[in-house]
Amino acid sequence: MATKSDNNRAWLFVIPVIVLVAFNAVVPLMTVVNYSVQETFGDNVFFWHGLGWFEDVLRSERAHAALARQLMFTFTILIIEIPLGVVIALTMPRKGVWVSVCLVLMALPLLIPWNVVGAMWNIFALPDIGLLGRLINSMGIDYNFTQQPLAAWFTMILMDVWHWTSLVALLAYAGLISIPDAYYQAAKIDGAKGWAVFRYIQLPKMKRVLTIAVLLRFMDSFMIYTEPSVLTGGGPGNSTTLLSIDLVKIALGQFDLGPAAAMSLIYFLITLLFSWIFYTVMTKDEGQ
Amino acid sequence: MAGWMAWTWPTAGFFIFVFCAIATMGFLEWRHPGGAPRRGVLGIDTTRGDRLFLSLLGSAFILLAWLGIFSTPIYGGVVLAVLWGTFVFMKV
Repeated sequence: MATKSDNNRAWLFVIPVIVLVAFNAVVPLMTVVNYSVQETFGDNVFFWHGLGWFEDVLRSERAHAALARQLMFTFTILIIEIPLGVVIALTMPRKGVWVSVCLVLMALPLLIPWNVVGAMWNIFALPDIGLLGRLINSMGIDYNFTQQPLAAWFTMILMDVWHWTSLVALLAYAGLISIPDAYYQAAKIDGAKGWAVFRYIQLPKMKRVLTIAVLLRFMDSFMIYTEPSVLTGGGPGNSTTLLSIDLVKIALGQFDLGPAAAMSLIYFLITLLFSWIFYTVMTKDEGQ
Repeated sequence: MAGWMAWTWPTAGFFIFVFCAIATMGFLEWRHPGGAPRRGVLGIDTTRGDRLFLSLLGSAFILLAWLGIFSTPIYGGVVLAVLWGTFVFMKV
């Protein structure tokens, strides 16, 4: 090469990111892999255990049940939050003073720390002193989320929908307002009505932001810990013990690092697989 | 220094293998830029990096399934995983 036309200095600017990712992702992940094939009794002394922990987790009824609960939770909130977020975004004003009001109101739940959300909903839903709990019971429905699994699930899903639908709505709204007026004008000339405009203009234009919304909500809800942990603590019984709650019980409650590491890796692989599937399906036929 | 990471030779070997695979992808990209994109039997667009990712992810699930169904030793699972990787690099 006689003349060098490319400036390769940009690679230097990537170094901080590589160092950051190495220390907050790669090194901990490697350590988890190392733990997953060993047994420890503390004091940093480890014994080789082979693939035994993986086998235990794969055959454990408890892990299967936690995974099933986790999948049910994640898909329930996705089915509710994504369409609801899109509908809210469609009804939000595009111009005028109400835009800021709406945006601020929508952003409020996102600003509340997760443990506060859990604590708020815990008190809000208590059957004897909470507003929601008292209201439901006064309507003649027997509702007590500390004792009834179904009520606990209902409260947990309602809490997540309240906390995170605005994220989906804000993302969808950002996609909507980026559609140029020309598209709507063309639709009007063609005589397209409400549903056709949504199906052929708004939805395709929102596809990219909705991909991000689905991925974010999937990953966040799949690893959710704080909110259900504060709200129900995994109970009543084990009825709301999601994967992450079970994992913390094993790793910190029982200090079984090996099984917890093996379970984390399986958990990680499932997240990776679903994220890949979502991403591939939603960006299919778009080219590179 | 890395004592707290509790290294063992099998896990170190695994990571060396993964890093070598990624380095090979980097080398191939340097010699033949563009990532060799194509649309394979699954009907999705993949580059050679995507194919490596799919091979590794698929192999992980094949080995977990083998472990869950047949227990150790996992030689059969390894054979299946290699076959899967070959299939992905040839056809997907």
